[in-house]
Amino acid sequence: MSANTIASPRSGGIKYNRNKGSGSNFEMAAWLFMRLSGVVLVVLIFGHLFVNLMVGEGIHAIDFGFVAGKWASPFWQVWDLAMLWLAMLHGTNGVRTIINDYAERDGTRMTLKTVLYIASAVIIVLGTLVIFTFDPCPAGAVIDLPSFCPAP
Amino acid sequence: MWSWVGHRVTGVVIFFFLLVHVLDTSLVRVSPEAYTAVIGAYKNPIMGLGEAGLVAAIVFHAFNGLRIIAVDFWKNGPKYQRQLLWGVLALWAVTMIPFLIRHLSIVFGGH
Repeated sequence: MSANTIASPRSGGIKYNRNKGSGSNFEMAAWLFMRLSGVVLVVLIFGHLFVNLMVGEGIHAIDFGFVAGKWASPFWQVWDLAMLWLAMLHGTNGVRTIINDYAERDGTRMTLKTVLYIASAVIIVLGTLVIFTFDPCPAGAVIDLPSFCPAP
Repeated sequence: MWSWVGHRVTGVVIFFFLLVHVLDTSLVRVSPEAYTAVIGAYKNPIMGLGEAGLVAAIVFHAFNGLRIIAVDFWKNGPKYQRQLLWGVLALWAVTMIPFLIRHLSIVFGGH
C-alpha cells in the first residue's frame, strides 16, 4: 500500500471546513439512498441485461418491435421507469460526489454541478415521457412493428 | 484503495453510457425506422466488445457496491473487507465467463 498510494481527495492542507449546524440531513440521506438504490438497481439491471442480452437471440433481437413488445406490458413499463429514476439519481449523486472531491475552485464546482443537474433532469423527464407516451403501433409506420399491431 | 478507484471509474463510465442509452431508446418515440437504424449501427463486433466491457464494469460496480454495503452495515464487514474484495472478484469472474461465452457467440455468431 505504501508504494503506490493515491491520496484521498481533499486531504491536502488539513482544514476541516465542514458546515456546522446547517441542520440538514441531506448528505446522510444521499449516503443512505446510494446503498438502498444500489441494492434495488442490482436486481433491476441484472434482470434488464439478462432479458435483453442473454435470452433468445440476445442483442440481435433488439429492434423497435422488441421494445414495443416489452412496453406493451405494465410490468416492464414500471421496471424500466424504476430503473431510469433510480439509476439516474444514483449516477447523478455519484458524479456530484466526484465533482465535490476534485473540482477545487468554487466556480468550477458550481458550473460542473449545474451542467450535471440540467443534463440529469433532461434525461429523467425525457425517459419518463417516452415510457408513458409510447405508441407501439404508430400510424404510418411499416417496419419492425410488434405482431399485435393491426395490419397497415 | 484500488477497489475505491475502480468503483469511481466504473461508476462514471456507466453514468455516461446511461445518458446515451436513454437518448437512443428515446428514438422509439420518433419512429420505428429511426430506432431500428440506430440500434442496427450498434450491431457490429466493435460495439459488441464495447458492450462486453460495459457489462464487465456494471458487474464489478454491482458486486463491489454490495461489498461496500457489507462493510458499512455488517458488524464484521470492515474486518473482512479484503476477503470480501476477493469474493467480489471471484463472483465477477463467475458471472462474466458465462456472460461472455453467450454474448460473444451471439455477436460473432453471424446473422
